[in-house]
Amino acid sequence: MRSQEPRSSSSCAACKLMKRRCTSDCLLAPYFQADEPKKFAKVHKVFGASNVTKILNEVPKPQRQDAVDSLVFEAEVRLKDPVYGCIGAITSLQDKMSQLQHDLAVAKTRLARCSTRTSYASCSTTSPFMMLDGEFDMSFDDFVVDQGGLTTEFYQYPFP
Amino acid sequence: MTSTRCAVCKYFRRRCPPDCIFSPHFLNDNPQRFTCVHKIYGASNLGKLLQETPMQLRADTIESLYYEAKCRIQDPVYGCAGIIWSLHQQIQIAQSQLARARAEIAFLDANVVVAEPTPSPGEPVVQQNGVDYGLDDPYDFWFY
Repeated sequence: MRSQEPRSSSSCAACKLMKRRCTSDCLLAPYFQADEPKKFAKVHKVFGASNVTKILNEVPKPQRQDAVDSLVFEAEVRLKDPVYGCIGAITSLQDKMSQLQHDLAVAKTRLARCSTRTSYASCSTTSPFMMLDGEFDMSFDDFVVDQGGLTTEFYQYPFP
Repeated sequence: MTSTRCAVCKYFRRRCPPDCIFSPHFLNDNPQRFTCVHKIYGASNLGKLLQETPMQLRADTIESLYYEAKCRIQDPVYGCAGIIWSLHQQIQIAQSQLARARAEIAFLDANVVVAEPTPSPGEPVVQQNGVDYGLDDPYDFWFY
């Protein structure tokens, strides 16, 4: 017996790729428009349509667009780097962050030295930066960027 | 039926052939690893991906897929992408702080070099090699 579901006038990219009838209550249709076939193709290749549907079903409706965007992003990264995917990107960003933290620590030390020298100088000019809202005020600990608990996990990741 | 099946073949209740593509990476003693990856990627996609990957890189591929699958299960909305976006933001903040620190250092450096001594009345200007050592601070003569 044929399904009595109402038929939508044009198939979404997902239903077009999977060669199936796109109904008006198709879960994927709002996020994979017919004019963006490559977007769904990427996600389908990495995750598979049924997995994407399952993931979206578990996510509250207001957050589904964000979920789709992140899945598309991950799929793109995985297709560019089939071995390491997002983990490669995270490792690279962490390395950059470590370098920045090191540079900030060096700058902090130098700044402390400069401030000491300046306090003995005859110059009475105040640094314009000191006039700002106390951001540069005293605690150079502000320079250390708090990465939360996330990067602690990644440092345990086996890849270099 | 093989006596020891890999976690994947055990999951699907099928025979595990000697050349099973999954068996080196999904051992019987850790079924959760495969269920995690299967939940997000599916066994079929996983198999295709492994087929396309050189053998020496398959272990790394599975590790990264497992990690990403765990992230996605923990955070179904953002998964690993959320972590990347967060790191990008943190890097931007750190770069901005570093730029300000360097500008501050440049300012202070310029100040110390450029600053002209302000001689107090009757006090000699003390300067060696053009560098002001701060001995001629107008307020100093109260203390020296």
